[in-house]
Parts: sequence; structure tokens; C-alpha cells
Amino acid sequence: MTAVDIQTAKIHADGLFRRKRLFAFGVPAVILVYFAYIFFAFDVPGLVQRVNVDNARTLASDIWSHKVHVTRDNRNGEIAYAVEGERKGEYPEGARPAWVSGTDVVKVDLGGDTTVRFLSDNRTQVNIPGFGLVEAQAEGRKVTTNLPADLPDWINASDRRVAITTPEGRITLTGSKTEVFNYFAGWELFWFTLDSPYHGVGIGQILFGAQIDPGRGNINGAVADFWHNKMWRHKDIAWAIGETILMAFLGTMGAAIIALPLAFLAAKRFTPVLLLRAATRRLFDFVRGVDALIWTVILARAFGPGPLTGALAILITDTGTFGKTFSEALENVDDKQIEGVTSTGAKPLQRYRFGVIPQVVPVLLAQVLYFLESNTRSATIIGAITGGGIGLMLTQAIQTQKDWEEVAYYIILIIVMVMLMDWLSGWLRGKLIGGKDG
Amino acid sequence: MTTQDTASVPSIGNIRESYIAQVGRRRLYSGLALLIFVVLMVSGFNVADDRNAGGFWEGLHQIGDYPSEVFAEAWEKRADLPVLIAKFFPALVETINIASVATIIGAIGGLILSLLGTRGLAKWPSLIPLFRRFSDILRAIPEIVIALVMIFVLGGGPVPAMIAIALHTAGALAKMFSEVAENADLKPVEGLASTGATWTQRMLLGVLPQVAPNYVSYTLLRFEINIRASAILGFVGAGGIGYELRNAMAWGPGRFDEAAAIFVLLFGTIVFFDQVSSRYRNRLTEGQAQ
Repeated sequence: MTAVDIQTAKIHADGLFRRKRLFAFGVPAVILVYFAYIFFAFDVPGLVQRVNVDNARTLASDIWSHKVHVTRDNRNGEIAYAVEGERKGEYPEGARPAWVSGTDVVKVDLGGDTTVRFLSDNRTQVNIPGFGLVEAQAEGRKVTTNLPADLPDWINASDRRVAITTPEGRITLTGSKTEVFNYFAGWELFWFTLDSPYHGVGIGQILFGAQIDPGRGNINGAVADFWHNKMWRHKDIAWAIGETILMAFLGTMGAAIIALPLAFLAAKRFTPVLLLRAATRRLFDFVRGVDALIWTVILARAFGPGPLTGALAILITDTGTFGKTFSEALENVDDKQIEGVTSTGAKPLQRYRFGVIPQVVPVLLAQVLYFLESNTRSATIIGAITGGGIGLMLTQAIQTQKDWEEVAYYIILIIVMVMLMDWLSGWLRGKLIGGKDG
Repeated sequence: MTTQDTASVPSIGNIRESYIAQVGRRRLYSGLALLIFVVLMVSGFNVADDRNAGGFWEGLHQIGDYPSEVFAEAWEKRADLPVLIAKFFPALVETINIASVATIIGAIGGLILSLLGTRGLAKWPSLIPLFRRFSDILRAIPEIVIALVMIFVLGGGPVPAMIAIALHTAGALAKMFSEVAENADLKPVEGLASTGATWTQRMLLGVLPQVAPNYVSYTLLRFEINIRASAILGFVGAGGIGYELRNAMAWGPGRFDEAAAIFVLLFGTIVFFDQVSSRYRNRLTEGQAQ
């Protein structure tokens, strides 16, 4: 009898073990097979060939450094100096960087004994230590040089265009212009552009030194020039971040205000009519299912691009989410408190106010505050689609594909913004509900 | 008896007075808070309305225009709808694939980050703050940021979206996972340690079986979110159904039937996965209660 018992128990245990073993090996195996399928479905081998290493390199170096362009127009011999080669970063008339010298023969010192000399008749001399002196002459649309036939891989030369990349900087020669890029660490002109009198002036001097601009006070002028910095657009960015937070705030709070009364309609306890309840629930499911993306697309058609569209898209989607969770919270209220309030002769509205609301408020607030933080992130993404806030500025900066230092700046700002909102929502939750489930 | 009465009468009065004062103060504070909130909402709405290309009140009655145009055109060409749905189905599969691969990779990353960042379980306790901050940063970066940078380097397609969603998922799940892991019973871990088990073995055999139901539940919830995210990223150029939607929209009238087909597919998918995942999540949490 006992022998048989043990036998069946053993068979049962064996079966259990076999199933567990199958599961333990089966799940990773299925995932592995799935990854193998994805590897080919996403064309990863092709991607490896398509990876743009140059793009990655510009991205990596541009994030922490900037370049100053020295450009000679070979038609009229004029030499221009500009940070990142942009109009906004041009040196004012008559000014030039300290590493450029000479009047008839302009000499650009790239550092490390690498020098470029702009000679008359559109001739250019490039001195590269360890390689020698490269001489080039621009004539019409052609460039003639003294370069040998076999070139190192950092020189790229044809009869139309010569590009030399040295560790100190880059030199590009074409018939129409000769360009020298000198690289420096850091984000240039972050505080003031070159046309501001405060450029290159220390903070101590601005605060306590003599008046720099006769027209205005030092601090006023410095703040105004910083705020209206054309290169970094601090004012626009502050507005954009404000817009993004505004979208999240309006969307989340508006959704909560609309969802709360509707949630009563969806809760079994408060709405005995099945049809009404089911209709409200389907409405919640519908607005949630349509998703913020489609709402954004539809609303952008009616309201045009801007923060309001983004806020409404968040509002509509989150009404569904809040409605669902709020009605679940309402289902779970304790009857005893409502009975207690009823026993004092309270009318229905008073029963809700004093019997139900105090019970659900902590749950609802926690939910709303959590969404406030998460919607700041959504607002960044929706902004990129609908055209508002920091998301739009970021996509624009990325699409121009050259101001990567600005992209890095925006990314840092976005991360700081989201973390601040996270902290704020946590702090508010602690203040309003108490630390118990904070 | 009389002395007691005279003593208790003023004290009741005191209590009532201080109670009324307290209630009054509370009402004042909540009233003020409410006022600030209303002012913020109204002024915020006005600012948003000002900075929007079209105004709220002018746009309100146009809300139905676009959907009804799309619907009308789709209804006219309703015979083509199944064909279009079949045409866009591969793009939908790509969107789902992006979401699921990103969820799996993100869950594995989140698991490792959470175990390394939980007190009592971490392999290197002194590095806990490092791993926590790292997952905070991963969580704070919106997917679109990584996706756009990755598109620049890798070119368009599903991989940039996958990487972006996976990184964000890893950060988000690391936080939720480590909240669960903090409450895990350490006795099995100690038992395993006494047999000379390595850190990996202790985690796999001692911690994971305890937390698995919660972890799977959170991962499923994340999968729902990621399907939406993957559709949105497609819209900015990362492939899948979102990309097709943008193309169909760019064509404007005449191709609204395509937009309608994509709307239907996307809506159906989101609802389907929401239902499936919430059913499984319910089962997982119920199993835990028993």
C-alpha cells in the first residue's frame, strides 16, 4: 500500500520536475529563437554596414567642442571669422581671434606648430609638422598643390577640392574659398555672443567692475544679452520648457477633473444602471485605446500646432486611464464610513463628500501626481509631433544635423526637467498624503 | 459633582472653540490651495491658447471635421479596407516586434540594475547609489531623444526605436523591480550563501522565484506602454505603423482610406494587448494572494 503511494508520488514529482525543467529551458530558448528572428527581421547585418561612423564621430566631438571658421573668399580675398561658421557667431568688423596674426600675410596658428598662411594671389601655405609645407593655389574653379601622388589617408585631394585633417584642425581648399577650422573644447558663446560688450568679461567684473556699456547698467545689460543670446536662444528655450511643463500640467489636471465625476458613473456601487456603467467604461476604453498619437494627429487638424493641442491630447488619453483607475478605487471604498455618515442623516451628495471622497483622495492624488511626472516625458514626445515645447526644438536641432552641442544642451535640460518634476511630484505627494505610501 | 461641572463646562467650550478655529484654518488653507490651482489652470490655459497656432474656441467645432472626412472617405472605399489592412499588417508586426524586443531587453537590463541597486542584495553595496542614479537617468530620458540621435547614427528603421525604448524600459522597470526586491525574504539567499553559491546563483535561485510574479506583471504593463511608444516613435521616422501613418497623413485627402485602415489596426492592437495583458496580470496577482 505505502509502496504504491510512494510510487505514485514519485511519478507525480517526476512529472512536476520535468515540466519545470522544460519551462526553465523552454522560455530562454523561445526568447533566443525570437531574437534570432528579430535579428533578420530588423536587418541587423545590413544595419552594421549602414552605420554612419562619420556621423557618430561628428556627434561625439561636436557635443563637447566647437570650431572657429576662418574663411577666405578667393574671389575678393576677404577673410571672415565666425564661430561654427554661423552668421550669429561672426566676429564683429575689425575683430578677430587672438591666434590669427599678420596683415598682408594672415597667419593662422592652429597650435602644435601647425600653421596656415594666407598669401596673396589666393595662395595658401599649410605647415604640418612631420609632413612638411603644403602649398596650394586656387585658380578659377581649380586648386593646384605641391602634394605628392601618394597621400596619407588624412589628406583628400582632387583638382577641385583639397581637404586636410590634422589633429589640430581641418583645412579645406576649393577654387572659391579656403576654409580653416580650429577646434576648441567647451560650448562657445554660451553666455554672450561676440557682438555683446560682455563677451569675454569675467563675472566679477560684471557684478562689481566699472560700467562696460555706457547705455545700461552692467547687470541689466548682461542679463538682457544672455537672455537674448542669438546662438543659444535662452529665452526661447525657457519658453519651450515652460510650454512642455504646461502641456503636462494642463493635460493631467484637466483629465483628473473630467475623469472624477465620470468614474462615479463607471463604478458599480454608485451606478446601478448596467447600461450607463457599461457605456462609460467603453468610453474610457475607447479614448485610452485610440492613444495619444492619434489624438494628437486629430487635434492638430482642428487646433493647429502648439501647446494647447498637446495638452488636449494628453487630457483626452488620460481621462480614459484615470477614469479606469478612479472607478476601481471607488469600487473598493469601505461601506462603514458611508453608513456612518448616512446615520447622521446626510443627503446623497454629503454622503459622497464626507463618506467617499476622503477615502479615495489619497489614491487618486498619488495616481495624478505620478502621471504629472510621466506626462512631462510624454509632452516632450507629443511636442515633437504637434510642434510645441522643448520636443520641437530638439527635433529641429537634430534635423539640422550640425548643432550637436545644442542637442546635448537640450537633452541635459530635458533630463533635469523630468527629474525635477519627479522630485516635485514626490514632494507634493509626501505633503498632501503624508509619507505612508509616498 | 458641582465642581466637576464647573470644570468641564469651560473645557468643552475651549475644545469647541479650538476645533472651530482649526476647521476654519483648514478651510482657509484648502480654499487658498484651490484658488491657486484654479488660477494656475486658467492662466495656463490662456497661455497655451495664446501660443497655439489655432485658438481653442475657433478649433472646438472643427474637432469632428477631420475624423468625419476620414470616416466618410473610408466608408466610400470600404471594400478596399481589408486589402489595406492586409497591406499595413507587416508594418504593425514591426511595431509590435519593436515593443516586445525592447520590453524583453529592457526587463533583463532592469532586472540586473535593480538587483545591483537594492540594499541587501547588491553585489557591490558601495556602488548602490551609482546604479540607482544610472537607472534614474535612463528613466528620465524620453524615448524620442535617444531615438532621434540613434536615427542620425544608424539611419532610419526599427533598431533605433528598439534601443530607445529598451533603455527607457530598463530604467523604469529597475525602479519598480527594486521596490519589490526590497521586500524579498533574505533567508533563502542566506541559505544559498551558506552552501557556497555565487552571487548569480543566489539571485537566480533565492530571489527571482519570490519576485517573479510581480516582475512579470510589471513587465506586461510595460509592454502595453511600449506598444504605444513604438507607434509614436514610428511617426518621427523609426519605422513601423507610425511611419506609415505619417506617410498616409502627408498624402492628405484621397488617401484617407489608408489613414483609416491604420487607425483601425492601431486601435485594435492597443485594445487587444491591453485586454490580454490585464487578464494575465490579474491572474498573476491573484495567484499571489492565495
